[in-house]
Amino acid sequence: MTAYIIRRLLQMPITVFGVTVLVFMMTMTLDPVERSALYMRDVPHTDGAIDAVIRRYGLDDPFHVQYWRWLTGRIDPETGDKVGGILRGDFGFSRTGRVPVKDLLLTRLPVSVELAIWAGTPIIVVGVWLGVIAAKHHNKLIDQAARVFSIVGWSFPTFVFALLVLMIFYAKLQWFPPGRLSDWATRAVMAPDFHRYTYMTTFDGLLNLRFDIFVDALRHLVLPIITLCYVEWAMLLRITRSSMLEALNQDYVTTARAKGLADNTVTNRHALPNALIPVVTIAGFTVVGLIGGVVITETIFDIPGMGQAAARAAQSLDLLTVVSFTLFSAVMLIVANLVIDILYGFLDPRVRLS
Amino acid sequence: MAQETIAAREVPGQRTVTRDDIAEWTLPELKGLRKLVGPEWYRLLHGLYTNPLSVGGLVIVTFFILMAAFAPVLAPPIRISADPYLIPRDGFGPEPKAPGAVWEKNPPPVPFWYEAITGKDQWVHLMGTASGQFDIWYGVVWGSRTALFAGVIVTFTTVTIGLIVGSISAFYGGWVDDVLQRITEIFMAFPFLLAALMLASILVPKFGRSIWPPTIALVVFGWTRYARVVRGDILSAKERDYILAGRVLGTNDGRLIMRHILPNVIYPILVLASFRLGDAVLSFAALSFLGVGTDIGYADWGQIISFARDWILSLDTHWYIILFPGAALIIFGLGWNLIGDAMRDILDPRMRTERG
Repeated sequence: MTAYIIRRLLQMPITVFGVTVLVFMMTMTLDPVERSALYMRDVPHTDGAIDAVIRRYGLDDPFHVQYWRWLTGRIDPETGDKVGGILRGDFGFSRTGRVPVKDLLLTRLPVSVELAIWAGTPIIVVGVWLGVIAAKHHNKLIDQAARVFSIVGWSFPTFVFALLVLMIFYAKLQWFPPGRLSDWATRAVMAPDFHRYTYMTTFDGLLNLRFDIFVDALRHLVLPIITLCYVEWAMLLRITRSSMLEALNQDYVTTARAKGLADNTVTNRHALPNALIPVVTIAGFTVVGLIGGVVITETIFDIPGMGQAAARAAQSLDLLTVVSFTLFSAVMLIVANLVIDILYGFLDPRVRLS
Repeated sequence: MAQETIAAREVPGQRTVTRDDIAEWTLPELKGLRKLVGPEWYRLLHGLYTNPLSVGGLVIVTFFILMAAFAPVLAPPIRISADPYLIPRDGFGPEPKAPGAVWEKNPPPVPFWYEAITGKDQWVHLMGTASGQFDIWYGVVWGSRTALFAGVIVTFTTVTIGLIVGSISAFYGGWVDDVLQRITEIFMAFPFLLAALMLASILVPKFGRSIWPPTIALVVFGWTRYARVVRGDILSAKERDYILAGRVLGTNDGRLIMRHILPNVIYPILVLASFRLGDAVLSFAALSFLGVGTDIGYADWGQIISFARDWILSLDTHWYIILFPGAALIIFGLGWNLIGDAMRDILDPRMRTERG
């Protein structure tokens, strides 16, 4: 097990390094003139202005020089200060966010984490439960219904589903509004006597014993949660179902049946724990993926999370922001993947021993 | 291929045993379609056209292919010289028009079927218009070409890359496999849609707002799953005795891969490709919807749906903006998924033996 953990720990920096190189390579597909636009605020009037920017930032240096400078920062020739360098946490200035990218990231992260926490619970619990039910009643009506549900779920684009949900529950029924908070709640949260411990409005509302804010914050999350659930259930259901079917076909299940155990005991005690092992990985990965990856849902429901910021930046070609956000999400997923893999090793002796 | 000698051993006093002979001995009823395409493909095709769900899928896909093929007839371009993918507009007004509204400004030529069916000689907006008076019917019809084109390009390219990377990785093993696996992992480390969004926005300055940025982005981050599946399947196929036999006979690597290993992994890839074709079109539409795809007014389903965002509060009166392109997208994806789902059941040996 120790060897397994060490091997995984050693692989991680390589992957992270590769991710940074890949992202940088992608930005380098633009030629220096195109990249110089990232450093200019106004439309240049002469070619000389572009050349000056290219020279000042060394945009036509060799790849490795620019990559190193991107990682570690550079000395500004005018002020003599060290600026930039993603390793120093300086991702540059976000044109769409009007703040440094790092600040934008830090204000957006808690919102996305909060959504992932609230959506993750029903996604995993119900998704796994549906999969188990479908497998137990293999090829019966429930299974067929689950199958239709998941095929339709696969085919239903998130953004169409989200728009329909918004149309029904917001425009028509006026039950759940989009956005993050109602106006009065926003004012209350911004007030000096409201302590923002976590920057996640639902939890802050609870910690401040302001249940009205908690309810309001949760009300605004209902529609995004519904959308995310629908999208992710289709996948989780399928995976749990096939994993469970495989477990039910194992010899030890036959043995358990043969020795006369009740049907429920066989499925719940003998098959289910083993069937859930691979599901754990996928489910964990899904929920972590929600933090950086809910671009469409956050955009449509106007949730000010990371995905929305990335989408807005991409739309107006604010490359610094969208590249930094993608990089951050990728590194976060790599770390999460490592943790999940190690947990998986504890759960599944086959992984540990091989 | 049919007459190829598969065993060097002669049957005493007889001619050389051919593949056809063996097929005849083992599958005596082999005739018609089954003889034409071979037993494995026959099982696949037979399963596809006997399963009601996959027949539905085939009908849907055929429908969209016909729509794409006959787009110039269904929605004739406004001028011969005009780019047909730019949706014709009825003026520039912001308020969408409902289906059936008369096309007032600058209508395109009326096709022959239109008069026969509606009895009118004047274009109406069959599916209404979006804000900016983009005709939705034109968008949906020509959008089917965009969808098929993007879907086929993305799927074909990603399958090809996946086949090459996966087979090299599995066949050579060792450090080659290690390096390729690490590279695959790097691409898989990204959240898919966010990564595609990033790459597409990087590519926009190069290619302009067109179908290429999202298409390339989907290819770059889409091949990894195929590579994984191919690698896994080849690793298990490699252990079979016939590969060993091939090696003993001195068959070269390329031939072993092309003739003996790939045919065994092509079926799972077909299933995956069918699923992914629908998926690729959905992702493409999503990127367009998010604004890193085609330019405003290009015939592309995701693009038209993004118009609906401006009318959320009044979608009960402007329902047609989301209904028609949304339905096209969903039904298109559903068609490929139904085919993929049926193929998986047909090809999965565990499903084959199960009863009930």
